[in-house]
Amino acid sequence: MAVEKKVAAYICQGCGLGERLDTDALVDVVKKEGKIQQVKPHPFLCSTEGVATIQNDIDNDGVTHIMIGACSRRAKTDAFYFPTVAMSRANLREGVIWIRPDTEEARETTQEMAEDYLRMGSAEIKAMRQPEGNPNTGTSKTLLVVGGGITGMTAALEAAKTGYPVVLVEKSGHLGGWAAKLHMRVPSHEPYKAPVDNGVAGMVSAIEADPNIKVYLNATLAKTSGAPGRFQADIATESGSTATEDVGAIVQATGFELYDANKLPELGYGASPNVVDQGGLEQLAREAAERGGPILRPSDGQPVKSVVFVQCAGQRDASGTHLAYCSGHCCNTSIKQAMYFKDANTDIDTTVLYTDLRTPGNGEDFYRSAQEKGVTFTKGKVTSVEPAGNTCKVNFQDMILGDQNASIENADLVVLATGQVPNSGVNIDFKAVEGEEAAAEVEKKTISILNLDYRQGKDVPQLKYGFTDSHFICFPYETRRTGIYTAGPVRRPMDIAQAREDATGATLKAIQALENAAIGSAAHPRSGDLSFPSVRLEGCTQCKRCTVECPFGAIDEDEKRYPLFNESRCRRCGTCMGACPVRVISFENYSVDTVGSQVKAVSIPDEFSEKPRILVLACENDAYPAMDMAAMNRTETSAFVRVVPVRCLGSVNTIWITDALNSGYDGVMLMGCKHGDEYQCHFVKGSELANYRMSKIDDTLKGFNLETDRVQTYEVAITDIDRVPKLINDFEKRMFEIGMSPFKSF
Amino acid sequence: MSNLSSQAAAQYNNNFLKEVESMVEEGNWVKMCMQCGVCSGSCPSNFQAGWDHPPQEIFMMIRAGKREEVLTSQSMWMCTSCYNCIVRCPRKLPITHIMHGLANYAHRLGLAPKNQPTRHFAKLFWNNCIQTGRVNELKLSLGLYFKDGFKQGIINGLAMKDVALGLLKAKRLNPFELFKAHGCKDQKGIHAMLKKAHEIEDRRKAIKAA
Repeated sequence: MAVEKKVAAYICQGCGLGERLDTDALVDVVKKEGKIQQVKPHPFLCSTEGVATIQNDIDNDGVTHIMIGACSRRAKTDAFYFPTVAMSRANLREGVIWIRPDTEEARETTQEMAEDYLRMGSAEIKAMRQPEGNPNTGTSKTLLVVGGGITGMTAALEAAKTGYPVVLVEKSGHLGGWAAKLHMRVPSHEPYKAPVDNGVAGMVSAIEADPNIKVYLNATLAKTSGAPGRFQADIATESGSTATEDVGAIVQATGFELYDANKLPELGYGASPNVVDQGGLEQLAREAAERGGPILRPSDGQPVKSVVFVQCAGQRDASGTHLAYCSGHCCNTSIKQAMYFKDANTDIDTTVLYTDLRTPGNGEDFYRSAQEKGVTFTKGKVTSVEPAGNTCKVNFQDMILGDQNASIENADLVVLATGQVPNSGVNIDFKAVEGEEAAAEVEKKTISILNLDYRQGKDVPQLKYGFTDSHFICFPYETRRTGIYTAGPVRRPMDIAQAREDATGATLKAIQALENAAIGSAAHPRSGDLSFPSVRLEGCTQCKRCTVECPFGAIDEDEKRYPLFNESRCRRCGTCMGACPVRVISFENYSVDTVGSQVKAVSIPDEFSEKPRILVLACENDAYPAMDMAAMNRTETSAFVRVVPVRCLGSVNTIWITDALNSGYDGVMLMGCKHGDEYQCHFVKGSELANYRMSKIDDTLKGFNLETDRVQTYEVAITDIDRVPKLINDFEKRMFEIGMSPFKSF
Repeated sequence: MSNLSSQAAAQYNNNFLKEVESMVEEGNWVKMCMQCGVCSGSCPSNFQAGWDHPPQEIFMMIRAGKREEVLTSQSMWMCTSCYNCIVRCPRKLPITHIMHGLANYAHRLGLAPKNQPTRHFAKLFWNNCIQTGRVNELKLSLGLYFKDGFKQGIINGLAMKDVALGLLKAKRLNPFELFKAHGCKDQKGIHAMLKKAHEIEDRRKAIKAA
């Protein structure tokens, strides 16, 4: 940067700041200790006039770095929007005056708090640079859709309609996937009374007619390399040749298979051709429709007179033998299939044996319609199906009448609702879960779908039961591979209506990803962030912690085994920065130094002042907003905490904690998100890694001869508005119990 | 044993459900029950000994083809028509009416429990009422007292003597009603109306049955 660095500070006096704090003293602190010469107090900084003052200094006075001492960095972001300069915000409102009582005795500590935040802001701004943007942009605007079922076709059509070219890869010889095998499908529009056409033909012809969509049939992905905006997909076609396509983002819509009914011999599958799964019944129904006659019994070709549907066959199984989950669509599907019979001939007995009837969407209307048509619903748990001649006897426990030995005899056809198993490719974390869940039904899939050329593995990571990982609570389409989105039943069990919605959502996210990649900014969740990690390779010891710990597989290794950053795969969480033991990884506006210098800038009163200092490193996505909201409620919180927001707890480098303890802080609190299977971390693994790292901090503390209570990690959600102040106040109390840190005088 | 198994074979088919749909008043609603159990939970008389099966169970038994058990059951006779179930049923089933429909159907078929008190009272009330077009309260209560024989009737009567004397004093009870009951104005008209109603009812049920 050729432009000379010029720092200016602005201190707001609005919102009661001027009355509660001694502004002159604050200005002094910024000048003398913060070493910023140009400091301007303003009675109402976020007003048009106040903002104009700042903008004028930037435009005409060559100011390149600004520090604003006003409200939380999460407030007034529209007013304080200066994209051309580096900016830090000292949180004097939510961080200080709103959480402290307005009393004479509190005045001293409140002022000290504000002064500290200004010291911190001054230190931070000096360590920052305004990000220039990722130079390694990729410019491909093509979307690769993997899988040509309902989800894949929807994704392709939606993207094409939006004007983005699409490459659609389908492993079979025709489009349509499962939906094409259906006789009819569950209605997704009013009046939800009867099955409707499966809709595949229309979609296939729309795709064939669209010049923006290029379809590869009988094709698989031999290799996928690159990063968002510049992926390269090697597509292996039937002829044995390989076509290479440059694509910007990927939607994986590889769907599901039915759970293998051969694993359910107790339900008669395999013993009689009259026991079929839901797929088998669709086939019978299609054959009947082609013939123009009734559905026939497979064993002897006689028309079916009674049919029994067995719900949850091999699903919601608590014993660990079969699928543990509910596939969501099967109740509606069985209702639909029962209507195939009832709509043709009301004299056919159709019984649905269910334990809990679950009809998502508008299925309740569909269920009611089936009841009106005379489909019988019996709440019962099927114990066995005994084929005898051309019929079957279905034994079950009637859960309403309490009859343990109820049975339906002479059923011509038994249909098993077996549920969905995702086609999610290789489980790259398989070894990690082997021991504990070996008994689970999820088997190791050995055929990769994406064949990713990533050091972390060939496919996107999975979360539970083989479904691909997606940020279940907040960002359902996100996988842990940036620019690759999964949609449809590969992500979670779902029906056609949900799959179409899912496909649309994932497509929009994919378009967002490739557009962001083209301008070098992060897509998610720090959308618009232009910073990217840079590494000082001279200092790198090739320990590989960054490459291993990056939750998103953004870092490969080059031929000399140094980390190789793929910036457009990066989500800017800083987990690599937190991991690096030699601290050579940094972002322009977020680095070991920007936080470290803030930690060191706080003034530490001596041991006998009875004024402890507690450092809080808080996740800026959840814990920090929770604190802001607590402040809006004016919840009183300790005057001795100094809060530093971090991008993710995963970015916390242990040096900050060691530095803090060394310089006399009494305690350190780390606040991150919930981790584990039901994680809430925006960066999936960040808080988990931080917890793991902090589990080792005890040794460091013992090395210092300090109590282990002095460093604590907390799981905090954005809703913990009452809990966070309580945690802080309890921690403060504990610090008084333990006593002041002995390191203060050094 | 053979009898049992043939009955079991008949179960869980729709024959009885179809019978109920065509023969029982509001019986076409039975198939719409979704087995949530709100009716059973709402029934204030559900805790009485006579309720062999709460409404939800009755509906399930109909679907399970348990014809004998349903029609000989006391349950639907226990309904006090409080309408709690109708108010609460999320599927809007007229449960009270179905209960009465089932009771009526069982009664017509002669399957209803013989000495069921509600049934006995209903018969007594009806027969009493249609004679003069007015209920003769004295005869009705005496009929109830002597339901279980002469001796028990005397005992029941003596047990109520204070109430009876009180009513007598307050001129709310006229002992001569026992000999000459006062009726409504047009007794012939009432009888003709009832006869016609019977004819219509029988014709309707016969058509349905055919």
